[in-house]
Amino acid sequence: MTLAEKILSAHAGRESVKVGEFVNVKVDMVMASDLTAHIAADQFERMGAKRPFDPKKVVFVMDHFFPNKDVAAAEQIKRLREFSKKHGLLFVEAIDGGIEHVYLPEKGLVLPGDVVVGADSHTCTYGALGAFATGMGSTDIAVAMVTGEIWMKVPPTIKFNYQGKLPPWVTGKDLILYTIGRITVDGALYAAMEFTGEAIEELSMDSRFTMANMAVEAGAKTGIVAADDKTKAYVAGRSTRPYRVYTTDSESDYASIIDYDVSKLEPQVALPHSPDNVRSISEVSDVRVDQVVIGSCTNGRLEDFEYAARVLRGKRVHPDIRCIVIPGSQEVYLAALQTGLIEVFARAGAIVGPPTCGPCVGGHMGILAAGERCASTTNRNFIGRMGSPRSEIYLVNPAVAAASAITGRLTDPKEVVDR
Amino acid sequence: MIRGKVHKFGKNIDTDAIIASKYANLSDPLELGKHCMENIDPDFGKRVDKGDIIVATTNFGCGSSREIAPMTIKGAGVAAVVAKSFARIFFRNAINTGLPLLECTEVVDATDPGDILEIDLSTGTVRNVTKNLTFSAVPYPEFVTELITAGGLVESVMKKMGREDKSPG
Repeated sequence: MTLAEKILSAHAGRESVKVGEFVNVKVDMVMASDLTAHIAADQFERMGAKRPFDPKKVVFVMDHFFPNKDVAAAEQIKRLREFSKKHGLLFVEAIDGGIEHVYLPEKGLVLPGDVVVGADSHTCTYGALGAFATGMGSTDIAVAMVTGEIWMKVPPTIKFNYQGKLPPWVTGKDLILYTIGRITVDGALYAAMEFTGEAIEELSMDSRFTMANMAVEAGAKTGIVAADDKTKAYVAGRSTRPYRVYTTDSESDYASIIDYDVSKLEPQVALPHSPDNVRSISEVSDVRVDQVVIGSCTNGRLEDFEYAARVLRGKRVHPDIRCIVIPGSQEVYLAALQTGLIEVFARAGAIVGPPTCGPCVGGHMGILAAGERCASTTNRNFIGRMGSPRSEIYLVNPAVAAASAITGRLTDPKEVVDR
Repeated sequence: MIRGKVHKFGKNIDTDAIIASKYANLSDPLELGKHCMENIDPDFGKRVDKGDIIVATTNFGCGSSREIAPMTIKGAGVAAVVAKSFARIFFRNAINTGLPLLECTEVVDATDPGDILEIDLSTGTVRNVTKNLTFSAVPYPEFVTELITAGGLVESVMKKMGREDKSPG
């Protein structure tokens, strides 16, 4: 069996599972956000449920329209706060909070070998820890909240094998954009993507989160990386809960294997209006932009800010550009503050906001006008995603975003950083 | 039997296209329905009549997990979506919100905007009345059919909970 199949099998109480089989699996964590939890709460109440299966395994994270962007958001979040209090759920808001997919791993709420379901498509992010994590709608999540179980169809696993050492300024974001560009936005439909190879072993946990995060952009059910020493070091000190590390038995367990040599890869850019419309930065460096966003569940972690700060240190943002930097969580914010990164951004003329999904989801704090272009470290560049249906989004890594903020056009970081 | 006029879309129709997230605070399907497809086809909400059918190519419903996506399509009056393939979260959400989905490549290729389709959900038969062609959609997996027959996921859980409550102790 593959890593993904082993986790599902263990949670279905079975010795093995087959691809395509429908199984009921026990869940280790159930998550919803302010954008989706209200429907889950409605369904919970409609079912006449008295309590969640385990309140400590249900978490509501306020992040999409948080800090409350309008009265409707405020009312919704108020109701969720009361619901959470009544049922003893984990409710994450301002204090020590953050974007769900940054927050859960850093608080040790997801561990290797877990099954996690969330009412957010980017729940697949936790696959970076060697967990099986996938997004669902609010009704499925309500059922998981009540019963502690959910049905799943066992997906085939596609192995992505990345060979070679990554060049400077090329990150996990570039690997996943490159991959989606090659296989297209439904290239892994219903499948699990397992990321392996020399380049993945070398990747930081932060970059692995970025890769797993965007698996859904290829249609995948989850993206997964087998837990290794880096994973163990990451979870150590974040949780004392025991966990299990699974690995794929043999190459023949994969539905298919795709090899990429990434030793000469350039930073990648997804052009409007699809994450698979991918080019190398050198092909698109004449595209002018109006706004730069550095943050999100894809690229709002400390390493992302270190990349951006290496580019912005001692430089100034182009006078025509709004550069918006959004830490993925209060923990990231504090670490960036202590290491001086926030000062680098502020001195460069970037604005630093509170942790939120805001601009990525077209909610608030960076909405685009008609005709405007944004270089963004987020995950989707669908029509109208960040505002006007006539705006354009270019998905990039944090260093490219920072370099573009300096020049006002899509820019390879090596153009603006000496050495 | 579903009978309606076809509105045709291409590939990778994402959930932001179906309903922009700025409307995520709405919960009335009729209100949501007014904004259906707004980002890619601003007049869709006005053009669509009750009982109409959306026909699209591959990966329909890709993107976010928002359950309001199928709710919006239903709210706009659309009776069913026929496509070559569906994104997986959207597929689950459609089952859970009672929006019929039919997977059938041949219908999609043979159908033009404005054609009249007749769909028999019990057999999965799709007839293009305008062109007098009949096709069979890929049947739902047995597991999913059982779920729908039970009245949906929530209803099946409620039945189980009812049993548990009656158990002694």
